[in-house]
Amino acid sequence: MIPAPLLIHNARLIDPASGLDSLGALLIENGRIASLTGGAADGAERLDAGGQCLAPGLIDMRAALGEPGAEHRETIASAALAAAAGGITTICALPDTQPVLDDPALVEFIARRGEATGSLTILPYAAATRGLKGMELSEFGLLREAGAVAFTDGAHAIASARTMRLALSYARAFGTFIVQHPEEPSLAHGAATEGELATRLGLPGIPMAAEAMMVARDIALARLSGGHVHFSRVSTAAALELIRAAKAEGLAVTCDTAPPYFDLNENAITGYRSYAKLSPPLRPEEERRAVVAGLTDGTIDTIVSDHQPRDADDKRLPFAQAEAGGAGLATLLAVTLARVHAGDIALLPALAMLTCRPAALLGIAAGRLAVGAPADLMLFDLDRAWQVKDGQLPGKAQNSPFDGRALEGRVSATFKAGRKVFSA
Amino acid sequence: MSFSYPILPGGHLLAIEGLEAPHIAALLDLAESYALLNRQGKTQRDLLRGRTLINLFFEDSTRTRTSFEIAGKRLGADVINMSVSNSSVNKGETLLDTASTLNAMNTDLLVVRHGQSGAPALLAQKVSAAVINAGDGTHEHPTQALLDALTIRRHKGDLRNLVVAICGDISHSRVARSNIHLLSAMGAEVRLVAPPTLLPAEVGRLGVSVFHDMRKGLAGADVVMMLRLQRERMAAGGLVPSAREFFRFYGLDAEKLSFAKPDSIVMHPGPMNRGIEIDSAIADHPTRSVIGEQVEMGVALRMAVLDVLARGLRRNG
Repeated sequence: MIPAPLLIHNARLIDPASGLDSLGALLIENGRIASLTGGAADGAERLDAGGQCLAPGLIDMRAALGEPGAEHRETIASAALAAAAGGITTICALPDTQPVLDDPALVEFIARRGEATGSLTILPYAAATRGLKGMELSEFGLLREAGAVAFTDGAHAIASARTMRLALSYARAFGTFIVQHPEEPSLAHGAATEGELATRLGLPGIPMAAEAMMVARDIALARLSGGHVHFSRVSTAAALELIRAAKAEGLAVTCDTAPPYFDLNENAITGYRSYAKLSPPLRPEEERRAVVAGLTDGTIDTIVSDHQPRDADDKRLPFAQAEAGGAGLATLLAVTLARVHAGDIALLPALAMLTCRPAALLGIAAGRLAVGAPADLMLFDLDRAWQVKDGQLPGKAQNSPFDGRALEGRVSATFKAGRKVFSA
Repeated sequence: MSFSYPILPGGHLLAIEGLEAPHIAALLDLAESYALLNRQGKTQRDLLRGRTLINLFFEDSTRTRTSFEIAGKRLGADVINMSVSNSSVNKGETLLDTASTLNAMNTDLLVVRHGQSGAPALLAQKVSAAVINAGDGTHEHPTQALLDALTIRRHKGDLRNLVVAICGDISHSRVARSNIHLLSAMGAEVRLVAPPTLLPAEVGRLGVSVFHDMRKGLAGADVVMMLRLQRERMAAGGLVPSAREFFRFYGLDAEKLSFAKPDSIVMHPGPMNRGIEIDSAIADHPTRSVIGEQVEMGVALRMAVLDVLARGLRRNG
């Protein structure tokens, strides 16, 4: 059934791609944006947005969705609920599942599971190496045909320089890129960032240099191979400095970060709070500030939720034994807006990192308010206050590192292909 | 008695970090009185009568477990030892399942040793008992630092302005961390002597000075505190190339000890690796070594801790 045309009027239309930010009306027809200047056809439904912001639905380039293999933590259906409540309409799903997404049939299956939700497009990453073992490349070409959006070993860094070089080279043939977890694995046996706090808590530390050295190596390999490397969850000043220089040099190097790295610092783990145990680990305050600077000056291309569902059994353990990872779908927008409210970054460039910039990286049509683009939209109240509460988050995963955090900015409705899939 | 009863904030003893000098001093004063009673052969078997003390040890220990056991029995508590080898923890029971089991048994005092930093703090959130950290991972071992302080005080009087050199594997030592916090709080000057591979990151920010040359680190020291070097840290562990090299540069022998004050005392939390971190002649030295006295003070100090925590328990037995 084709829904009737819908006119959303009295809305603050925000399109980071074009710089549009003005009060107006947007017409949806046949699941696509039909007009940005009003002019509704007869019989269109009308929705008064009450002056709230209407922006493209968010594109989250990194989330674990629990399927297949960890359905007790999250399912695609439960993640889709959390995503819709968070204004997210497109997710790139990680391949570190059980079984690993290194086979075309599995990639197709996950994409179809996304379609079945009706509210979420899932663009699966495929494993860059078979079984995430870091040895043999997976079938990039066949996996691309099956719908793989790009290639990554997920939470595993591709440790071998030779394998990484081959992956970056081979990916060029299929116009795709490699997403790297930037952490030198031989230095990464730890539970917290190495430093005074880890020393006081008696926790094994991971030196911050583990990130910068992997970034430096892979930039050299990008230069050598001509391939495109994307560093995910960059969290240190030193790594950002290297990426800044690589971009200035004109290399195909991009990166993202996740809200914990610009909103929290390592003090969040004080008292062995395992919900703040993340990978990479939270950093000292000066690194957090460097990440904010990377958002402001454009070095960071996209903001990802890095949604990592964990249950109580994973987290209620002594800190070093607890699993790393935080739920992130429901808080992606509001924690990003916290930087806008704090005056660190303007609204449009902040939303660009959640919409048109990931869309451009992924080569998809979503992520903008443009005539003919898919009507994946979110309506949000920029100033509405709320508090993150464990147990009250949408979806299954409740392991938010932001538990207790007061935030401003909340999604009031989400539209997928013109259909309302969430309303507060 | 001339002292006021000490208190332990939160009703547990989980760490030295966070305790203030008056708390520590009051606890040491109480322990001093127990040391005296112990030497006189007197006991106070009514103090913890009807109380249940469980020694919950997830790591092997003879010395610390026995010390708590004796301390509890001298105060009249019912002492039960649970060690990991014969508990259900090995069958996959989680730490928090263990906590609820202990709650159901109305445990009053819970002494916990665990290989993971923060495990006693996690248990303390879930059990109704008063929890005593008997060593957690590489975090803290508060009763060891307290008994060390008691031993030092008996020889040197005040802790203030004493120079204490802590030597050896600082990185993996919970004893070192607790001692750093305690001695700093009490106004002593703390020096750490170790190769850089055995020092934790940014340890200088804990208010200590760091020496890689043992002779310089020991110069003018009042107290030389040696730490156990775990054998697995060597060779394959890669932190120290060999035992003989470690002993040559960081083992305590008469020559290196000659750089410390002539009346300095030598301590070791045990168990010792003779010939690796300490020469037998020093370990057994009749006047300089106070290693045996540390064990004796351990019982008195733990009696004081049990006494203080039991007085704070809500459920009066």
